[in-house]
Amino acid sequence: MNNHYECIEASITGKLGLINLNRPKVLNAINRQMVSDILSVMEDFDENDQVRVIVLCGNGRAFAAGADIDEMAADDAIDFELRNQFKDWDRLARIKKPIIGAVQGFALGGGFELALCCDLLLAADDAEFGFPEVNLGVMPGAGGTQRLTKLVGKTKAMEWLFTGKRIGARDALQFGIINRIVAKEVLMEETLKFAGEVANQAPLSIRLIKESVLKAVDVSLDEGMQFERKNFYLLFSTEDQKEGMSAFQEKRKANFKGK
Amino acid sequence: MFETVKYEVNNQVALITLNRPEKLNAFTEQLNKDLERAVKQANRDSAVRCLVITGEGRAFCSGEDLAGVKEDMDHGEVLRRRYNPMVMELHKCEKPIVAAVNGVAAGAGMSLALACDFRLLSEKASFIEAFIHVGLVPDAGNLYYLPKLIGHAKALELAVLGEKISAQMAADIGLATKVIPLDRWGMEVTAFAEKLAAMPTTAIRLIKKNLKASWDHSLEEGLEKDAQAQRIAGLTSDHREGVHAFLEKRNPVFTGK
Repeated sequence: MNNHYECIEASITGKLGLINLNRPKVLNAINRQMVSDILSVMEDFDENDQVRVIVLCGNGRAFAAGADIDEMAADDAIDFELRNQFKDWDRLARIKKPIIGAVQGFALGGGFELALCCDLLLAADDAEFGFPEVNLGVMPGAGGTQRLTKLVGKTKAMEWLFTGKRIGARDALQFGIINRIVAKEVLMEETLKFAGEVANQAPLSIRLIKESVLKAVDVSLDEGMQFERKNFYLLFSTEDQKEGMSAFQEKRKANFKGK
Repeated sequence: MFETVKYEVNNQVALITLNRPEKLNAFTEQLNKDLERAVKQANRDSAVRCLVITGEGRAFCSGEDLAGVKEDMDHGEVLRRRYNPMVMELHKCEKPIVAAVNGVAAGAGMSLALACDFRLLSEKASFIEAFIHVGLVPDAGNLYYLPKLIGHAKALELAVLGEKISAQMAADIGLATKVIPLDRWGMEVTAFAEKLAAMPTTAIRLIKKNLKASWDHSLEEGLEKDAQAQRIAGLTSDHREGVHAFLEKRNPVFTGK
């Protein structure tokens, strides 16, 4: 694994692959290089047997305060089309391992979109989410209008996208955007603990659960049920299923190998 | 530094004095903003571990300056623009805030005292929910804080009847931390504030935070907040100092770290 990235820090601790957004001077404003760095590390982690859970967080005061405006201010529509501006974002959505995000301070614009790419989110009590793009005469382009709406429904999504209003941690929790609020000082500690719990589950179960849940967001119930069933059957061809069920019958703790 | 507020820091205490004595320290837009900024500055200054808010002259604060109230004024907008950000700044402040109520605290001046953590009252201080007498509603957080401090029934009594509340009566219903005789006023306020400033500042911050949160949370959430706060406090050097001092049978010296 290449450990030197321009815009992020990456490391592996135990079963966790950690990614820290690392442009703290600009509150981790997201530029193309950063997205490409994140994708490159996430794809490495996805193939690395040691890593069971990916943890994404930001260095400094904010998770990520938005996209790098300077980088795109002069672009026109054809520049975006030819560059295929959001192709890396599409690949982020295909990461198979669970991604847990830890948000402190701002997660705005592209930063909010990145947070919405995570499967689980913990937030510090000072966290603020929001899509301020409307104030700049544009709109979210990396999934904001789609993922937020699927998450919270049309009513609040429309309001937040129209006004650019910030969403505090408590509202984010109430509307199901985040899983937990913790004190800022223990955000990383609690996130790693939480990630550790997920990392100790049977990896193939986690993998197929993630795939099935994401499927539910997009397809009809019947189609989703058929898809779920196949994944359920599939797990009965794993060693971990045998181990898990034997351990249950023998009243001992299962030791999952991810096979 | 500020037009209508005096700001000084001594012995880790930021003393913020409303300074429009000729108008009994009535709020103007300038005073709202000055107070908001002064509280923000004290909260950010790592050399400050306690805030005191008091009034210059014979009043603490007489509320909105009625000289500025026009017939066609949008009262809601005035609150949103001037008072609400000020109250939020007080609410967000992580350090202990003492209201040193030196004289009358009327209307929004009473609201200001309610938004503080401690209320020291001079024996000639008084509160009055003046709003009802001009056909208005207690504002600037008044109706949020008051029932939490003294209970619904008493809060309603004060807000609706609008009678003057003497210092002694304020103490009797739980609105005063302490009533201080005139001849010891300055000295006792300073001593109280300096004592707070020498306490474990991080623990105070966490107590304030979790007490405020307790109004909105279930027991289960509160217990989890206890655990997180204790984890944070448990890592402070003030905690270690407290334990060492206890074992060594000496007085602890807390640094706020």
